[in-house]
Amino acid sequence: MIEPEVSTIKPQPADKKKIFKIWWVAGILALVTAAEFYVALQFPESWKGFKIFLFIGMTFIKAGYIVMEFMHLGHEQKSLMWTILIPTAFVVWLLGALFIQADAIYQAIYG
Amino acid sequence: MANSVSVNTTNKDLWAGGAEPYKASYGKLMMWFFLISDAFTFSAFLIAYGVIRFRHPGYEGTLSDFSFSQTYWPVPEKVFEAFPFFHGVELPLVFVGLMTFILILSSVTMVLAVEAGHRMDRQGVEKWMVWTIFGGLVFLGCQAWEWSHFIHGTDAGSRLLDGSIIYGANLELNQYGPPDFAAFFFFITGFHGFHVFSGVALNFLIFYQATVGILERRGHYEMVEKVGLYWHFVDLVWVFVFTFFYLV
Repeated sequence: MIEPEVSTIKPQPADKKKIFKIWWVAGILALVTAAEFYVALQFPESWKGFKIFLFIGMTFIKAGYIVMEFMHLGHEQKSLMWTILIPTAFVVWLLGALFIQADAIYQAIYG
Repeated sequence: MANSVSVNTTNKDLWAGGAEPYKASYGKLMMWFFLISDAFTFSAFLIAYGVIRFRHPGYEGTLSDFSFSQTYWPVPEKVFEAFPFFHGVELPLVFVGLMTFILILSSVTMVLAVEAGHRMDRQGVEKWMVWTIFGGLVFLGCQAWEWSHFIHGTDAGSRLLDGSIIYGANLELNQYGPPDFAAFFFFITGFHGFHVFSGVALNFLIFYQATVGILERRGHYEMVEKVGLYWHFVDLVWVFVFTFFYLV
């Protein structure tokens, strides 16, 4: 059976507002990435802690836009959203536990 | 009896059990659960990187005096400063920034493909999937170059503790710093690169199915959405790798 390659379905017209919103988010992501560069290369070396704080903050802004808008999680049911987001708390626990461990190893070797 | 069954069969969104948990389709929900587990894997990689980094001494002096040494962890922007066709020019983080931008753009074209799918716009899906696949392939090409440069090393190389000079890096020796630094570079960017590769393969599959009309005959383009979730996740992971491997 050979199917015709020409579609008989007429696509619905694009919603200009929706398309604009997608490019708007894309613009924010590009801007934040550019800002990360500016901080990395133009801010003085002595601001190390402040720079790291800014990097992590901007990373979470980008991650938020990707997950909530591009992956559409912010527009799903709230229960689904929290089912996905709450388990990531385990990552925070792992981070804390292993960094304490890392400091102990460092102190044992160099302290 | 017959009544209660006929009520359930009228709604095509219901799962076989007759309910629709979280108002999401089975496939989308399972993709989300897979992505959580994958997020844990990448978290473990990045946290392990942090642990090994902080058990090594950091570089204390100013950036302009920096030189590679086995005794302290290197500064990433001094390691990743090469750009194709600009040999010997110091362009810290420019190439990896370009890669970040390419991956974000291909995420944007993926959203546009999903949006076209919602409108049953077959040509739109085809067009944006091609751009998404193209972005993924360019990213993979960039990563191949980045790995090649990292493995072959700089012109000067650097001196090991036993006095010999080494160029580039492998899993045992590393001109840029402690061997663990290269090992983590290979494992983290390699594992992410493999995700990009499988993402491109899935994207191509969906592009093919859209092009020959399989998705249109199915009546919806939800496969584009599910694969799109995976593709955005790959972008999301790169955002974190970029920060914690290259910037901090």
